[in-house]
This record gives sequence, C-alpha cells and structure tokens, in this order.
Amino acid sequence: MISLSRIKAVFLKELVQMRRDRPTFAIMIMVPIMQLTLFGFAIDTDPRNMPTAVELRDEGPLTRSLLASLAQSDYFRIVRRVANESEGERLLRSGAVSFLIVIPEHFERDFVRGDRPQILIAADASDPVAAAGPIAAANEIARRAFAPELDRLPRRLRTGLPPYEAVIHRQYNPAGETSMNIVPGLLGIILTMTLIMITSIALTREVERGTIEALLSTPVRASEIMIGKTTPYIMIGFVQTAIVLAAARLIFGIPFLGGPAPFFAALFMFIFANLMLGYLISTVAKTQMQAMQMTFFVFLPSILLSGFMFPFAAMPAWARAIGECLPITHFLRIVREVMLKGAGFAEISGDLWPIAIILAVLAGLSLARFRRTLD
Amino acid sequence: MNGAPVIDVKGLTKKFSGRTVVDHFDLRVPRGAIYGFLGPNGSGKTTTIRMVCGLLKPDGGAGTVLGLDVLKDSDKIKERVGYMTQRFSLYGDLSIRENLEFVARLYSLSDVRDRVDASLKALGLADRAKQLAGTLSGGWKQRLALAACMIHEPELLLLDEPTAGVDPKARRDFWDAIRDYAAEGVTTLVSTHYMDEAVQCDRIAFIAYGKKLIDARTADIPGEVGLSARRIEAPALDEATRRLKLAGGYDVLARFGAAIHIAGRDAAALAAAAKSVEDLPGAEVDIIDAGLEEAFIYLMTGATDNFANGLDTRVGA
Repeated sequence: MISLSRIKAVFLKELVQMRRDRPTFAIMIMVPIMQLTLFGFAIDTDPRNMPTAVELRDEGPLTRSLLASLAQSDYFRIVRRVANESEGERLLRSGAVSFLIVIPEHFERDFVRGDRPQILIAADASDPVAAAGPIAAANEIARRAFAPELDRLPRRLRTGLPPYEAVIHRQYNPAGETSMNIVPGLLGIILTMTLIMITSIALTREVERGTIEALLSTPVRASEIMIGKTTPYIMIGFVQTAIVLAAARLIFGIPFLGGPAPFFAALFMFIFANLMLGYLISTVAKTQMQAMQMTFFVFLPSILLSGFMFPFAAMPAWARAIGECLPITHFLRIVREVMLKGAGFAEISGDLWPIAIILAVLAGLSLARFRRTLD
Repeated sequence: MNGAPVIDVKGLTKKFSGRTVVDHFDLRVPRGAIYGFLGPNGSGKTTTIRMVCGLLKPDGGAGTVLGLDVLKDSDKIKERVGYMTQRFSLYGDLSIRENLEFVARLYSLSDVRDRVDASLKALGLADRAKQLAGTLSGGWKQRLALAACMIHEPELLLLDEPTAGVDPKARRDFWDAIRDYAAEGVTTLVSTHYMDEAVQCDRIAFIAYGKKLIDARTADIPGEVGLSARRIEAPALDEATRRLKLAGGYDVLARFGAAIHIAGRDAAALAAAAKSVEDLPGAEVDIIDAGLEEAFIYLMTGATDNFANGLDTRVGA
C-alpha cells in the first residue's frame, strides 16, 4: 500500500533540502536565462543586412521597384551587380555575398503576359539558420514590390497566383531550419539538462551521505521515495518554462499560436519523463560523480539527435531510432507544432503517447533497479 | 521478561561476494532485555543487526522478530523497530524539527506535530528546534538520532555502536535513557566496543568471525570463560611485568593503574606465574575473581581484529 503520509514526508524533505541548497537552486533558475541570452542574442538567429549580388538581365520599372524593396528590407544589402551567372556563382562560393538574385531576360514582358517568369534567389545555405530568415522574407518582399503592378494587370491574369515565380536555391545545404525553431527548442534542452542533472543525484547523495541506511530502515516504499523525490522538481520545471516562454514572447517576439491545454499536457509528461530518467541514473550510479558522467552521456544525444541542432529527417535511420527513444525529440516536435503552427491534441497525439510510454518504462526500470536493502 | 522472545532467529547466515560474514548465527532476545553484541571490528555485528531489521536479506537461516517472519515480513517489522545507525544518518541540512517531522511522517504517525514537540521537549532541544542537525555536536547528534528512532515508539531498539565518539557524561545520559525504555518494556539490542557499555547489558553475546563464541548473562560471563585471576601490586611494576613475561602461564596480562591483573584458564600455571613475583620487595599478590574486562581481553586475544582478514562489513554494501 502506498502511503500518502510517507510520500509527503519525502516530498517536504526534498523541498526543504532544495531550498537550502542555494547554489543548485540558483543554477536551476539561471540556466534558462543564460541559455536564452547565449542562443537568443549572442547567436543571432535572424541575421540582417546579408550581402547580396544581383544580376539584372532585364531593367524595367518592375525590376527597379523590386530592387528598391529589397534594399528597403533589413534582410538584403545589395553590394554588387554582376554581369553573368558565373561571376555571381563565384562570389557566392567565395562567401563574398550570401545571396544572388537573378532577374531573367524579358522579365517585364513575361510578367505582363502572364507567363510567370522565374526570379532566381540563390542562397548560401551552408549556415541554414543564417539563410532561413532572408529566404522566408524574399517572397514577401517580392509580393509587396509587385503589388501596385498587379492591380494594373488585366483581370484574366489575376488568378491568385503571383504572375512570377520565385525559385529559391538553398545552395550547399538543402535543408534549412527557420530561426523560430531555436527558442522553442531551447525549452526542451533546458528542461532536459537541469532536471536530469538534479534527480540523477537524488539517491546517490543519500548513499554517499549515509542517510540511505536510516531511510531504508523505515517502512517507506520504493515508489514513495521515487514520487516524493521527483515531484518537487516539477515546480522548478514550470518556473523554467515560464521564463523561457516569457522571453520567447516579449524579447524574441515568437508567437504562441496553440492552446495551453495540449502544451501543458505535453510539458507535464516531458518534465516527469526527464525526472524519471534522472532518477533511473541515480539508481544505477554509485557516486554523485558517476551520476554526473551518466547525465552528460544522456545530454549528447539529446542535443544532437533530437532535432534541436540538426534536422531530424536528414539523419540516418539508426540515429533517428535513437532520437525517437528520447523524450526531448517528441517534446521538441510538440512545442514547435503548438507554438508555431497552433496545433491541438489531434495533431500532437502522435508525439504525446511516445512520451507517455518512455515515462512508464523509465519509472518501471527505476522501481526494478531500486533495492530496499543494502545488499 | 515474559512471553515469547522478541528476536528468535536460527542459523542466520550472510555472505558478501563469497565471504561468509555471519555464519549460522542463533539469537534469542527476551522482551525487555538489554542485549549486548561484543566483538572485534568486522566480526559481523552490524551485518547481524541489519538482517534483524530487514536492511539486509539473509542468505540462510530463519526465525521471527516481534513474532514476524524475518525473511518475509520486513515491512511490518520495520514499522515496529527503531534502528540507530553507527554513522549519523539524519539530514545535516535539515533542522532538528524537520528531521524529526520527516521520520514521524515516514511512520505515518497521525499527530506529527505533537509527537515532535514532545520529543523535542524530552530531548531538551525545544528552543533549538530550528538549528540545522549538521551543526550539532557529537553527543547531541546521537541524542537526536535516538529520539528519531524512538518517535514511533518501537518495541525493539537496535543500536549499532551508539556512543562511539561521545563523551562519558553524554554516554551515561544515553544509557539512563535506554534503561528507562527497558523498564517500559522496550527490548534493546546494542553492539559496542566499550566495557562500560557492556556492563549495562543484561546479556552479552561475544562474536568473532561471524560466529558466536559465548552467549550468557553478563554476570556469568567470567565464570563461563573459566578464568582464574591474580592482582599484583608492587613498587617496581616494570620488573614484575618482566618476570611475569619470563614465567608465562597466564592468558591475559593487563595493567590497572598501579596494579597488574593476570588471568588464565590454567589455575596451576597461573599460581606458578604469580609466585615468580612474590619475592619482589613490597610485592602483594591477591587472588581475585576474574572480571568482565579480563574475560573480554581473553576473548579478544583469541579473536584478533578481523580487519586483518578483510572482513570489514561496516562500510559500503
């Protein structure tokens, strides 16, 4: 029989110990702020004034208004006019410019005829994050530049499709992540790092201090210790989330399109899964040092294979298989879906149940590992 | 001391990676008794106590603690046993009150606040309840630990070297408390190295290499060991010692202030040894009853420190 009194005993004890351990407590709160500053500001995810070369094979009024719009936007800074494509390619490859925009011959004529001429936007996407913002902006800039002309087009051409086609070549790296991904992704990384670290020493600390002996001589059950020791940190996880979300909204202007219910359901399960993962480590590790090392062992795949750093779809099958076993992989997808795309329960359920399964497996393993004797 | 024994186990055996630390140990402790475990370091005292309270699973043996199966009912046993560990195992970063409240809740006591208040008052720590346990002196830590393992009013108290590193006054107070509990019917099993603790026990088991060498009422121990003894006083004690060593024939030679005690199982050989110092100027040789101390020194000499054999069970596991 699980006793609420005993869970409460462990819970309150952990809460007091957490509060007394000021440095650790401070770190738990400081990590989100520090990570946000590093990733949010020092690493600019939405760079402006990208050096751009243009090759104009047609110089009508439409071209001029497009150039004017590009120059007005913060994203592109036109530094060169090139005479031919090979010169543009050379500049792009050398890194002298990050973008090459080519207006084709007879652009104006084809535009008016409704032949949908192609504007080529070639991007140096070797840094996908740097290229993503301007690429996303290019289409909108073109649409606005041509808006006055569109009104003057014959009615038969106003089909809803723009009378031109922007062809985007992300060169050197076909996959491009959008900058909006970083801060929501950071939420998953922060929760994973801090929560696993803190619970990974939950039991090893008791073993090292010798307090485990007295604890185990009482009637307290394994499940009661597990619940009592992990639940205080749920609150920490929520505080960290609040900090990241506030910063995402107020500082980085990232929208939160979805509803709170699916987000909180995922958040709650994700926090618990991380706490269980840490707790499992603490049932295996003999010392706090070992626990820390094992924690870092979990961090690496969490950062590299979860889709935080690199696009998930581009990874080989074995790496994706590992990624699917990490709670953060599913949480990142859910956060992006909910925050950026406004997804609800129906859309995220495919990533919700894997977290639930991981959570159950981790809790089961922890209980199986935990010995209530000193053997 | 009535009714069924509180601890009644037979053939208790424990092995750690192939080494037998406790070997077919039988133990019967009657209700209300203060039962002492004596023996050198690593002789299996701690391991035995841990098996009795369910902290270690015996590899062999069977029996009951408080009428409950020692192998199967450890959850129920834990509810009725108080175990005071050798090492301070409360939380140094919790206050005195928080430690007691923690333990009280673990035993699902209904009136946590009242029990803790009563316990603090009995401890004399009511006005220091907010002090962190880690900042207490050794003696106070030990009193707090005792209060913590008594808070659920257990019927059986297991004390593992409870007064190691505690000053004599605190040790006396501690034993007064144990005596009071015993008068109320609480049974105590205590392991110790100290002679002044051993004499407090009603009954003593002497353990070495995981085996029980002797198990008797404290007063009967010297007789059980079967020692004769002499007390030798002389102005030139060093010369007396030299002569005794030359003569041999005793098992124990120990200095007690201005006197030497010798004891041995062979009465004739002991008498001969005593004779060797009688002609020393001012020498005085008295026949005395061998005491507990001589008996234990004799037993200890036979069972040297088990650390030498790598049988330390106190750390780890």
